[in-house]
Amino acid sequence: MSPGLLARAEHAVKAPVWGCQMCGQCVLHSTGLTCPMTCPKQLRNGPCGGVRANGHCEVKPEMRCVWVKAYERSERLPVWRGHLDHLHPPVNHALEGDSAWSNLVSGRDRQTPAGWMASPDVAA
Amino acid sequence: MSLLEGKLARREFVVTAEVPVIDAGGQDEIERQLAPMREYVDAFNATDNPSAHAHCSPLAVSIGLRQAGVEPIMQLACRDRNRLALESDLVGAAMHGIENVCCLTGDDVTAGDEPESKRVFDLDGVQLIKLARVLDGGRYLSGRPLTPAPHFFAGAVENPSAPPLEYRVRRAAKKAAAGARFLQLQLCYRTELLERFMMTAHDTGLSARIALIPSICILRSVDGMRFVASSVPGIDVPPSYVDRVAQAADAEDECFEIAYELATHAMAQPGVAGLHFISFRRDAGIAKLCRRLGIKPQHESESHGHRPSVALG
Repeated sequence: MSPGLLARAEHAVKAPVWGCQMCGQCVLHSTGLTCPMTCPKQLRNGPCGGVRANGHCEVKPEMRCVWVKAYERSERLPVWRGHLDHLHPPVNHALEGDSAWSNLVSGRDRQTPAGWMASPDVAA
Repeated sequence: MSLLEGKLARREFVVTAEVPVIDAGGQDEIERQLAPMREYVDAFNATDNPSAHAHCSPLAVSIGLRQAGVEPIMQLACRDRNRLALESDLVGAAMHGIENVCCLTGDDVTAGDEPESKRVFDLDGVQLIKLARVLDGGRYLSGRPLTPAPHFFAGAVENPSAPPLEYRVRRAAKKAAAGARFLQLQLCYRTELLERFMMTAHDTGLSARIALIPSICILRSVDGMRFVASSVPGIDVPPSYVDRVAQAADAEDECFEIAYELATHAMAQPGVAGLHFISFRRDAGIAKLCRRLGIKPQHESESHGHRPSVALG
C-alpha cells in the first residue's frame, strides 16, 4: 500500500472514533485512548491550568477538557494506566499528515531531538 | 546560584511577587513598581503577556529588574513562541545573568484582547521545563553544543483547584521529573482543594523534592473579585467571598482580610516552601500583608537576605 493510501485509510478509521488530527506520532494508548491533538493547545503532557470547575475546556466552554477525559479513561483502562505520567517529547511537525502506523513500524515516531535524548528525566 | 535557589536549598521560607505589567516608562517605571515591596521579596516574577494581553517582554523586564538590584524570575509561556524562540530567549536570559525561569503553557489567545492571534504551543509547559534542563546540560534541543553551559533554576506553575483534581499532584510530579525545582501554585480560593493538594504532595514525597509556593492575590474591589471569578481561566472563587466583599463597608479592607486569611491558611499547610504575592492595589499591599504575617523585611533578617525559616512542614 502506498504511504498516501495508508494515511487515508488510517484517517478513515481514526478520525470518526478519536477525532484524529494525523499528527503522525500517535500516543492514544498512553492518553486513555483520547487524542491530545484535539486539545485546542495540543498539549501532550496533561491538562493546562485553565480547566473550568465543571471540567470543561478554557478555550471551548461547551467541550469537556480532553485531558479530563484522558485521565478518567486511563484510570478505567486495564492496561497502560501509568503511561499518563510519561513525559512526551515535543511533537515532530515534519510528520504531520503521515500515517502513524507506518511511523510506528519504521520507528520514526520515536525519534526525538538529540538534545532531548541526552538529558534524562529527574529520578523520583 | 541565584538567591532563590540558595534559599530553597537551605529550606528557608521564600517570598516571591509578581511585578505589575510594564508597558512604558523605562527603568524608572520598574523602580517605581518595586519600591513599595522590594524589602520583603526575594525574587520578582516578570510575566509573559499575562491573560494573553501584550506587554513589555519578560526578558526585557527581567534585565531591568537585575539593573534595579533585585532578582528576577523570568516567566516564559508556550503560547507565543515556537521552540526556536523559546531557546533563544532562554539563552538570552542566561547571557544577562538571569537564572530563575518559570515555565508555563500559558492562557489561550482567546483569553486576551487579540483573540485573532495564531496560538503557537509548539511545546507544552512540561516540555519547556525539560528544554531549560537540556540547555542547562550544555546543548540546544538539536544536540548542538552550547558552551559554556548556562545555569537555570527552572520552575513552573500548577493549579490545585482545576480538574482533574485527583491528577494535579501527578502532573506536578511530572514537572519535577522534567526538571522543575519549584512550583508557584495558581491562586486557590477553595482552601479545601489547596489542603488536599499539599497533603497529597506531602504524603507522596513530592514536596521534599520540589518547592511548593502557593499564591495569594490582594484585590481591592468587588469588581476585581468578580473579574477573577469569571474571567481568569482556572480560578474558582466561591460566591461567599464575592458576597463578603460586596457587603463590606470598605471593600478594599475586606479584600485585604481575605488575602490575610488565605495566606495564613497556606502557610499552615505541610511542605509549604514560601508564598507568592500578586497585588492589584496601588499602595504597598504586599509589604503590609508581609508585616501582618510576621514576615520580616530583608534588612531585619538574621543574616543579610537570609530570612529565618517560617512554618516549614
